[in-house]
Amino acid sequence: MKNINWFHYAAPQTFYGLAGKTWPWFAGLATALMLAGMWLGFAVAPTDFQQGEGYRIIFVHVPASWMSMVIYLAMAFWSVLGLTFNTRLSGMMTRALAPTGALFAFLSLWTGALWGKPMWGAWWVWDARLTSELILFFLYLGYIALTSAIDDTRRGDRAGALIAIVGAINVPIIYFSVKWWNTLHQGASVSLTKGSSMAEVMLWSMLLMALAFWAYTIALVLYRVRTLILQRESHAAWVHELKEVTS
Amino acid sequence: MNSRAFMAVLRRDLLLAMRRKSEVLTAVFFFVVVAALFPLGIGPELKTLRLVAPGVLWVGALLSSMLALQRLFEADYRDGTLEQMALSPASLPLLISGKLLAHWLVSGVPLVLLAPVLGLQFDLPADALLTLTVALLLGTPILSLVGGIGAALTLGVRGGGVLLSLLVLPLFVPVLVFGAGAVEAQTSGLGAQAHFSILMAMLLPAAFFSPFACAAALRIALE
Repeated sequence: MKNINWFHYAAPQTFYGLAGKTWPWFAGLATALMLAGMWLGFAVAPTDFQQGEGYRIIFVHVPASWMSMVIYLAMAFWSVLGLTFNTRLSGMMTRALAPTGALFAFLSLWTGALWGKPMWGAWWVWDARLTSELILFFLYLGYIALTSAIDDTRRGDRAGALIAIVGAINVPIIYFSVKWWNTLHQGASVSLTKGSSMAEVMLWSMLLMALAFWAYTIALVLYRVRTLILQRESHAAWVHELKEVTS
Repeated sequence: MNSRAFMAVLRRDLLLAMRRKSEVLTAVFFFVVVAALFPLGIGPELKTLRLVAPGVLWVGALLSSMLALQRLFEADYRDGTLEQMALSPASLPLLISGKLLAHWLVSGVPLVLLAPVLGLQFDLPADALLTLTVALLLGTPILSLVGGIGAALTLGVRGGGVLLSLLVLPLFVPVLVFGAGAVEAQTSGLGAQAHFSILMAMLLPAAFFSPFACAAALRIALE
């Protein structure tokens, strides 16, 4: 561990190459995992005895909610790195993560509404977890709005990093709110201490989908960060020597 | 020296606010007008009004504090005072806390004092009025403290005012939930003690950390 130079890939130039080599692998992995998860979830998993076929949206809903929270934490992580080590790449990573995070938060709300209508009889209820997911969505929008309103990229990165860290305090509240307020939303189906209350095949399918979403996010973020690097480093000589730029 | 610098900033900001009363009064009257508009929209049914009163007054307080927050650093940023503060040997977070305290005294305290009067318009009983006032007394400083971070980040940014609302209003949600919830708990006979404790538990860390976050945000804006 000691001999790895972690800062080697902090330089946009070296990371550009690394990201270019790795993102297709993650994209392929995401496709394979998603196909497997979909097959397990929609073809193999049995019909739920209470909720019928409608429950199957869980295979999209739960991984999307997980991802929306994980991505916010990842943004906070890169923000802390960016503010402490003053690395340019951290700001680009945070910016590359934000749209995907917002997308997953929106997807989670949307699938939640689709699930809520047949199960609870309402598209939307003012339950603690729904509300905090909505707030998380607003936090993503706030981050994107702030960073895109500031023209100076350096200031934009640092200001965004600060608001991401401040907002990250909200993410644990989201997860624990279901215990604090304990309202209509069903309790977590998967917990580390008690094990799972689901059928095994459903659990596997959900985990596969979650991993697929991880791989998808990583692939997309690497791809997006490459574009950001090209944009920001367009004045640098190495960019003009790249095959994809000269051709 | 630090405590003298703190007092100097506090006195200066209060003095400035006294000299420019119209700015302070605008935000306060905004609160009064918003609170008066709701019964017109909802209808004069006293039962309904009693029910929505805590939420309406709290949302009014949030919006009015948004108006006031935009001016927290704006003038000092434009005339260079903030840069001088950042350069001064006194610690910047301390100077900022002086500004935040002055801001709360000028924009938060009037809301706390007005809320019971406006609550009467909504036919709130006496104990609910008292709970509302205490909840606002604990909650409005959090609005100034957390909002200050947003105000510092959006300094001199295009469309700063709207952006500030988008950044800060989601962060105010816990204050709103427990602030308005306190009154509801009181009227339903549960007692508001727990809500007050939670508001206090949010206020204390905010009071400690916010000046540092504001100072960091200001340094980013001043670069």
